[in-house]
Amino acid sequence: MRTELLFRVLIGACAVLLVVLVAAIGVELARESVLSIRAFGLRFWVTTTWDPVAGEFGALPFIWGTLYSSVLALLISTPIALGIAIFISELSPERLRAPLVFLTELLAAIPSIVYGLWAIFVLVPIVRQLEASTPEVLRALPLFSGPPLGVGMVSAALVLAVMIIPFTSAVAREVLKTVPVAQREAAYALGATRFEAIRSALFFARTGIVGAIMLGFGRALGETMAVTMVVGNNPQISASLFAPQYTMAAVIANEFTEATDELYLHALVEIGLVLFIITLIVNAGSRLLIWAMSRSAAPAVAPTSPAAATV
Amino acid sequence: MTRDVRRRFVSAVFVAACAAAVLLALIPLAMILFFVVSQGLQALNVAFFTQLPRPVGESGGGMLNALVGTFVLTGVAALIAIPIGVISGIYMSEYRGTRLATATRFAADTLNGVPSIVIGIFAYAVAVLPFRQFSAMAGGLALGVMMIPIIARTTEELLLLVPGALREGALALGATRARAVFSVIVPAALPGIITGVVLALARIAGETAPLLFTAFNNRFFSTDLRQPIASMTVQIFTYAISPYEDWHRQAWAGALVLVSFVLVCSLVARVVTARVQRLRG
Repeated sequence: MRTELLFRVLIGACAVLLVVLVAAIGVELARESVLSIRAFGLRFWVTTTWDPVAGEFGALPFIWGTLYSSVLALLISTPIALGIAIFISELSPERLRAPLVFLTELLAAIPSIVYGLWAIFVLVPIVRQLEASTPEVLRALPLFSGPPLGVGMVSAALVLAVMIIPFTSAVAREVLKTVPVAQREAAYALGATRFEAIRSALFFARTGIVGAIMLGFGRALGETMAVTMVVGNNPQISASLFAPQYTMAAVIANEFTEATDELYLHALVEIGLVLFIITLIVNAGSRLLIWAMSRSAAPAVAPTSPAAATV
Repeated sequence: MTRDVRRRFVSAVFVAACAAAVLLALIPLAMILFFVVSQGLQALNVAFFTQLPRPVGESGGGMLNALVGTFVLTGVAALIAIPIGVISGIYMSEYRGTRLATATRFAADTLNGVPSIVIGIFAYAVAVLPFRQFSAMAGGLALGVMMIPIIARTTEELLLLVPGALREGALALGATRARAVFSVIVPAALPGIITGVVLALARIAGETAPLLFTAFNNRFFSTDLRQPIASMTVQIFTYAISPYEDWHRQAWAGALVLVSFVLVCSLVARVVTARVQRLRG
């Protein structure tokens, strides 16, 4: 029994370490942003001046850029990701299933920097041409105002959308698996078309599906490199899809090594702290929904974790 | 009758839309692979693997320092993450249902969702600030922290797949729990765990954001853990946003090497997984 206890304590120490690590991240971020939190308080989150020279820091443009790009990405990626999940789990011929799963997983395996490289040299020129050929009538709208630069919100949202599709679709697929087969058989037996049967399966799985979408949202919020390379890095708040803007992750990536004085550094870390807290909430919420779903669909396979989705 | 026709029409449109979604997602994948391969092959040569970067304006040169740097960084990350990840994975599966196991699982999933740039700040705070020096150690730490939850969760999931009879057999023969775990249960799941580690390495090797202000970058050859070190990803980033044609070519070559590595890793993982599944029958 003594050895049993020793074994448990020894390997338990490693498990505790993981918990400590998460707490330590939060503590370190808070510790290194104390100056900025003290100096600006809540003002930090509602003002728009980002002037390192004058020591004036307001993070609103970055929050706006992060939310705007992530929501746009979500609007693009959600229908596509759900379509893929439905196709693979419900419609695809058996032989196509494994290759399609592999290809979508490949999309998740491509490094962020490679997405960025592709976006700079291939996607941005295409977007620039599309922007330039937008009719004048539309250009008058605030949504399409500004010069056609190519770099800006559209490019960032597009590349983000591609990057989160595999995550959302992998989890949605697992969630769909938890819908009891009897439920679909019943629908078909009643004479439902494929669409009607799948619609009822989707309705059954709605909690988990929302969880899958939220998981993609969490990814989009924190994505750094590819966005940094195409979003334009201009701290302004604009509704225009064409405007170059800035995100929270991008400003940290670009300015961290340039932050010479302490207040500047602490302001950047504070942005990181909030990014940490927001993604924590979004991810916990998403996991909670997926978990609730897998519990309600009683004799079912538990959906694999987001970690396993990438594997 | 017209209602039936409409229902069948709606259904057909829906099925077509789902298939279109698949094709739509494959377009960027195909484009990325096409450009990485075609642009990368043009720039890839022996010098890329054997020479150091040349100064601006001089063409040629390679990324030897960055290749070695990425190797060193992932090595440090693996040394940190494999023991912690595997052992906490063992804890989660052995003591499933305990409060600590649940907390650890939650921590692992949380850590997995933390943006990589935030992990970079953490590594900066604990491994760069105290020494006032960017270092390979700090970069490796950042990557290691990212790797831990991936390894922990795969280990846990794979250990749970080991048939209960194996454990019961070991315990019935009088083995202690530690003995049963390390001599019977872990070896049974080992191929899968190794696969998980390989995939985690592939993912970590492609990370850029956590290295920007931990490992930083280095134009010169270095394997010193206390000094800044180059990496494939940061080098590609630097080259991609530079205005030089020659550097852009090098960036594509780097991307090709990186993507090939990831691809080989996932193919190997697939083969191993398939073989394991066949053995289990």
